[in-house]
Amino acid sequence: MPSLDDLKKRISSVKSTQKITKAMKMVAAAKLRKAQENAEKGRPFSEKMNNIILNLSKSIVDKDNASKFLVGTGKNNIHLCVVITADRGLCGGFNTNICRKAKNYFDQIIKDGKTLKIFTVGSKGHDQLKRAYGSYIIEKVNFKGFRKITYNEAEEIGNKIIKLFQEEQFDVCKIFYNKFKNVITQIPQSQQIIPIESIKKEQEEKKSENFYEFEPEENEILDNLLPRNISTQIFKAFLENAASEQGSRMTAMDNATRNAGDLVDKLTITYNRSRQAAITKELIEIISGAESL
Amino acid sequence: MENNFKVEIISPEKIIFSDNSTQVTIPSYEGEMSILKNHISIITFLRPGIIITNKDDGKIEKFFVEDGIAEFNTNTLIILSSSILNIKELSKDFIDNLSKITQDKLSQKDLLDHDRYVLNCKLDVLKEIRI
Repeated sequence: MPSLDDLKKRISSVKSTQKITKAMKMVAAAKLRKAQENAEKGRPFSEKMNNIILNLSKSIVDKDNASKFLVGTGKNNIHLCVVITADRGLCGGFNTNICRKAKNYFDQIIKDGKTLKIFTVGSKGHDQLKRAYGSYIIEKVNFKGFRKITYNEAEEIGNKIIKLFQEEQFDVCKIFYNKFKNVITQIPQSQQIIPIESIKKEQEEKKSENFYEFEPEENEILDNLLPRNISTQIFKAFLENAASEQGSRMTAMDNATRNAGDLVDKLTITYNRSRQAAITKELIEIISGAESL
Repeated sequence: MENNFKVEIISPEKIIFSDNSTQVTIPSYEGEMSILKNHISIITFLRPGIIITNKDDGKIEKFFVEDGIAEFNTNTLIILSSSILNIKELSKDFIDNLSKITQDKLSQKDLLDHDRYVLNCKLDVLKEIRI
């Protein structure tokens, strides 16, 4: 049985923790609104970009000479996984969910006897993955100290990936991130960016309906556009991730505040009970002392 | 007057311009190009230059682009660019700075013809802008 003093100390410490989590929730809520707005504003760009690439790829006849970014290297041996996480913790299952999704995929690849390479973006993901998959990590980037992640940062990472691809360091590239659905739900996603997956499927569904004029040639446009699309997809993942992180943090902190409240209530009851018990004990001692006289 | 069409100019961060236009002039890769209603479907690259949109109400808006891609299909023009600015928002410092960077890049020796072409275009456009 803890003493009254101990209980008092614990109650006040839980109360101050509650204050912190409450403040963090408020901050996350304010940031969430901004991040959500950004994510929504950023969606049209990547959607339209996909559309254009889809239209372009439909009109390409000579598949053998098409850009490698579109059709792949023809091999499927080396997989590069870009795991995009946050730089900060205390946001519930946000980082863990991405890592879990990624780990499942890693195990699958290793089981199939293929080579795995990992590129981590964000320090939390790196921390979680380095223990089990440390030897596979070839690159890590984090944005600690950046106030806002802009398109330039996404382009930087995109360029790194493109360079690796041109050096034939990998055949397939996937990115892992959280898609923001709403404040409570974020869905961990994996998206294949090299070769482009979504196009392959839709290509079979509908053959070219409308004819386009191209300036310059289709292949030349594609060669230029596809690398840029990679940066765009990564930037989209960043925006979605930023919104998801704040949403996840807000929910986690809301829960923490509520739990702290429950704990304070419970501790207060224990405190009052033991105070009452101490008083009763003292009274009994006095009375029985008086009786024995 | 039914000769307008929809124009959307989109950057990765947001939709910059979304309105109806009667005519849009874009700096396409092989030269300036004006687009009117019922133009053939086209996909083209942009080189550094100025996009001029003639809006319904006769007003003209201009944008400075460094690169990007434009798609015209079923009377909708979509311009995607990661480096696009409304001319009104440009400052003299920005232009001077960009001119200097461009000039520095041009003076490098191992430059591809394509890059040199783009950089020269950029420099010409920057010289033309008057604030």
